[in-house]
Amino acid sequence: MSKPSLFGYLVEFEDVTTILNAAREVRDEGYTKWDTHTPFPIHGMDGAMGMKMSILPWLVFGGGFMGCTLAMLLQWWMNAYDYPYLVSGKPLWSIPAFIPVTFELTILFSAFGAFFGMLALNQLPELYHALFTSERFRRATSDRFFISIEAKDPRFDLEKTRAFLETLGGTAIETVEEDE
Amino acid sequence: MRIIDTSQENRSFSDLAPNVARNALFVSVFGILASLILTFMLGGGLERFFQSYLVNFGYFLSLTLGALFFVIIQHVVRASWSVVVRRVAEVLSSNFLLMAILFLPVIAGMDHLFHWLDPHAVDDEILAGKLGYLNRTFFILRWVLYFGIWAGLARFFYTNSVKQDETGDIKLTLRMEKFSPLSVILFAFSLTFASFDLLMSINPHWYSTIFGVYYFAGSVLGSFAMFALIFHYLHKKGRLLQSVTLEHFHDIGKLMFAFTVFWAYIGFSQYMLYWYGNIPEETVWFLHRQTGSWTPVTWFILFGHFVVPFLGLLSRIPKRRSALLRFIALYVLAVHWIDIYWIAMPEWFNNGVSFHLLDLTLFLAIGGLWISVAARRLGRASLVPSKDPRLSDSLAFENS
Repeated sequence: MSKPSLFGYLVEFEDVTTILNAAREVRDEGYTKWDTHTPFPIHGMDGAMGMKMSILPWLVFGGGFMGCTLAMLLQWWMNAYDYPYLVSGKPLWSIPAFIPVTFELTILFSAFGAFFGMLALNQLPELYHALFTSERFRRATSDRFFISIEAKDPRFDLEKTRAFLETLGGTAIETVEEDE
Repeated sequence: MRIIDTSQENRSFSDLAPNVARNALFVSVFGILASLILTFMLGGGLERFFQSYLVNFGYFLSLTLGALFFVIIQHVVRASWSVVVRRVAEVLSSNFLLMAILFLPVIAGMDHLFHWLDPHAVDDEILAGKLGYLNRTFFILRWVLYFGIWAGLARFFYTNSVKQDETGDIKLTLRMEKFSPLSVILFAFSLTFASFDLLMSINPHWYSTIFGVYYFAGSVLGSFAMFALIFHYLHKKGRLLQSVTLEHFHDIGKLMFAFTVFWAYIGFSQYMLYWYGNIPEETVWFLHRQTGSWTPVTWFILFGHFVVPFLGLLSRIPKRRSALLRFIALYVLAVHWIDIYWIAMPEWFNNGVSFHLLDLTLFLAIGGLWISVAARRLGRASLVPSKDPRLSDSLAFENS
């Protein structure tokens, strides 16, 4: 059996204020591959972590735009070009009749953009994550708050990072290893 | 939880209210005088006076109705984000007494406005069947009822909310929440029939069951734009700097966006069914608006009332820049006015747009009074419901 590789450090906190302040310090220290894990959303955490605006809105817009264009093309091709079909004396290419489908497909593709875009940006679905090997981490869904810093972070250093994390006011620090 | 210190905040409008009210009153008096001169001395004529009056009355009525709707719906859903912006809406919706007085000229001008009052209407088979509803007595009675409902609801929500500023009694909130669902029902029926009476019956042959919703959508959109303007103004005057944050502007912007889309949805729903059915008695209303110089106005409504504000409000950037939002709000208020103009005027001027200076002077006359009365009332109480149980939630509100 080879030696399990290191995933990173996990620090446990007991309340919102401490983890918010700790997150600000980790951010200011310049770490990039790290995350916070809390039982509920915390207002101001995005700012404390220095997170940039998500590009998700653009994906949604792109989806909506694509849905709108596709729907119009689809109906034009089917109704006016490939199989011209006269309905109640309206022009073959009659926009008012095509609006409902266009509207629906715009919504549908926007929703696709939001749903699949969110999954992709979060790299989901993810069936395995090293953090779940930690017994302590289970309380992240009930009453504990966590910060994890990955060993892949360019600033990560076994000694220095640990020393830094000890100053943050957490209640416990542990190393997390990848499951074999 | 973020702690917001509002102890130093200026939450009073009482020092500015007399000034604003007086200036607005001057504008109104100027508008009234100019309108009278245009009507009687420059040959505008009474008929044109009442037509322009109806458009502007319908416009400011819509803004008042939108404000009332906002107040009611906040209590229905027990919203907490909106507490700091609710007082302004309560004040605007209290303008119904003024609107009731301003309705008297409409009654006086009925014969110029509604041709179902024509004595020959009985000879018209279609009109004859509708005269049981469309007659002078019942019309006036209905409007007494509408104003009774609106002014009553506005007064109920305003007085209870102001009373809470002093007592801090949570029961007042519960009382308002208890009556809010009933209020929504009363509001929906009264607005629907009022829009039928005021604007749809200008062409009594034509009917649209969705017409009330169309008027409603524009009303709510207009009132949100009005809120954005008012809060921008209050900020500029150093009021509510801590209470009303970017987050609240953002939400008002989101609601403006939502009702832009809703308005388009309703407007298109109305259009498409008539277009598809293609029955002359139904399409005639749109025919008037697709004839002559009304055609570009119709195209402008489609793009200017939907496509432009839709794209303009889509991103979060304009919603979080209060100067930009103010610009969009002004634009939306202007387009909403054109929308009401477009609903009413083509029925009297089938052949094309006929703009008259009275359209503007009466806008100043009614708008000046509307703002004057609202400003005076705004000065009487705190600008936020200062003891509302959800105030702290509203102060700390953030769009994540």
